[in-house]
Amino acid sequence: MAPEFNMMELMICVASRYLENGKTVAVGTGAPCAAAMLAQKMDAPDLVVLFEAGGVAPLLPKMPISVGDSSTFYRAVMAAGMSEMMTTCARGQVDYAFLGGAQIDRFGNINSTCIGDYQKPKVRFPGSGGANDFASLCWRTMIMTVHEKARFVEKCDFITSPGFLAGDGGREEAGLPEGGPYKIITDLAVMGFDDETHAMMIESLHPGVDVEKVQSETGFELLVPPEIGRTEPPTEKELRILREEVDPLKLVIGRA
Amino acid sequence: MKVLEEGVGPLFMDPDPDKARAFFREKSRAMVDKRMTVKQAVEEFVHDGDYLAIGGFGANRIPNAIVHEIVRQRRKDLGFLGHTSTHDFQVLCAGKVFSRLDSAYIVGLEARGLSRNARRYMESGEVQVTEWSNYALAARLKAAAEGVSFGLIRCMIGTDTFKMSAGKVVECPFTGKKFLAVPALWPDVSAIHVHEADMYGNSVIRGISVADLELARASKRLIITTERLVHNSVIRDDPTITSIPFYLVDAVVEVPYGSYPGNMPYLYFSDEEHLAQWLKVEKDPEEFEKFVDHYVYGVPDFQEYLVRCGGLKRIEELQRLENVVDGRDGA
Repeated sequence: MAPEFNMMELMICVASRYLENGKTVAVGTGAPCAAAMLAQKMDAPDLVVLFEAGGVAPLLPKMPISVGDSSTFYRAVMAAGMSEMMTTCARGQVDYAFLGGAQIDRFGNINSTCIGDYQKPKVRFPGSGGANDFASLCWRTMIMTVHEKARFVEKCDFITSPGFLAGDGGREEAGLPEGGPYKIITDLAVMGFDDETHAMMIESLHPGVDVEKVQSETGFELLVPPEIGRTEPPTEKELRILREEVDPLKLVIGRA
Repeated sequence: MKVLEEGVGPLFMDPDPDKARAFFREKSRAMVDKRMTVKQAVEEFVHDGDYLAIGGFGANRIPNAIVHEIVRQRRKDLGFLGHTSTHDFQVLCAGKVFSRLDSAYIVGLEARGLSRNARRYMESGEVQVTEWSNYALAARLKAAAEGVSFGLIRCMIGTDTFKMSAGKVVECPFTGKKFLAVPALWPDVSAIHVHEADMYGNSVIRGISVADLELARASKRLIITTERLVHNSVIRDDPTITSIPFYLVDAVVEVPYGSYPGNMPYLYFSDEEHLAQWLKVEKDPEEFEKFVDHYVYGVPDFQEYLVRCGGLKRIEELQRLENVVDGRDGA
């Protein structure tokens, strides 16, 4: 019988499978960090985890509560600083980064600054932090988020961090280096981006979810390829490691 | 160098390196005893209207005694560098001490949630804001530390973060590619919390340095708070680990547990219960006012704040948490 799991567990397991051994990943707190830790304990033991505040390749003893708390450089190979991490991204040595935000559009542009007019915001959020830097400078960025219409919008109220900007050629024209959004992992599906238009495209549907459901929770039209995969549910081994070794206190997986 | 596009955000500080050099020419290089109290340091070095920066990373290795004292002394109209500021930002918003803000990360406390009171302040329209990214602000400090008028980075371009910044997209004279020029930033005054310092200001930071090496070198005036005051011979025994040399420093204050309720690497973990209390009580402005009176305005100094938060008993619990490594008992 297939093991039971919640949506947060599914998202973390799916995200972890995209992190290849021997690559570098810049992570934040929460689900992205759990995905990186799980990947290290599954098939990517040499995945290098980086934190924007300066932690390089820590042996994470627990889930950090801040990207600058002491667990982010516990038994690390180096305790550096912001410039060291961001220049590593700028010269092309960071493969993956995880981002988050209040809004995302079809080209993977992200808003984490405000809802409403910028000068008189209805809601003020933190802003870029290191997100714009990662989105501009890392090779492949990923987002893990709840899938809802208020988040997947036709137009972001404010573009905090770049995806493909206006689509094909957008980054190049603006002057950004090659890179951009790679996968969007939600509680309904995994989405990628069309090679030519760089518009968001459904790649695989989670168990029990159909295209109509995903489209109804999305504020713009998603590209639907002729054949859509089914998301591989978490394996017993993934779930055991995630629950027993990565997040035993259920700080992240308990949030589902 | 050709300017291709300009952000529309206000530029709060003059990026002229020669004005900064003129200031630093007059700054004392004397290796003298700079010890003083938190109260004296803020009275002497933080003035209304100054541009302020705080070291550390939000709720990690922050000079919280100085942050509280700035609020207690009711400083007004400060400029503030909102780089990776979280709990420090929350405390400064409680006192409404700043009215100009260079912002990269504000309002939030990372995984803990958003500060309602900081949001109210930012949504009130009382604060003039210019947007940046964390790296952009580190690059602005780095340029200042290097004595040049701008830094070059390759992010923010193409976004609204750029549009609302005071950066300029320029064309590289060698490759024709586009880069973002960010203006050097010399804060009037900064405070950084360190593990060890001698009475002259020679300081040691253990663990990640965040942007503090650049910040220390960019700041016109620098207040160091230290967990432990050490003899100059301790610094001289191992000069390879000195993070900040004395001639950058104006004041040295010994403040044990000075990052509380923030984390201090290798010494004590953050007090998540107390931080959660801040976030909770902010929901009701009246209750929050009483809370701030009790913990900030109503105490003579940071030591009394620590006592009201549980004193040594609580600190000892946080020391144990910091030293737990298997993750099963941690916060």
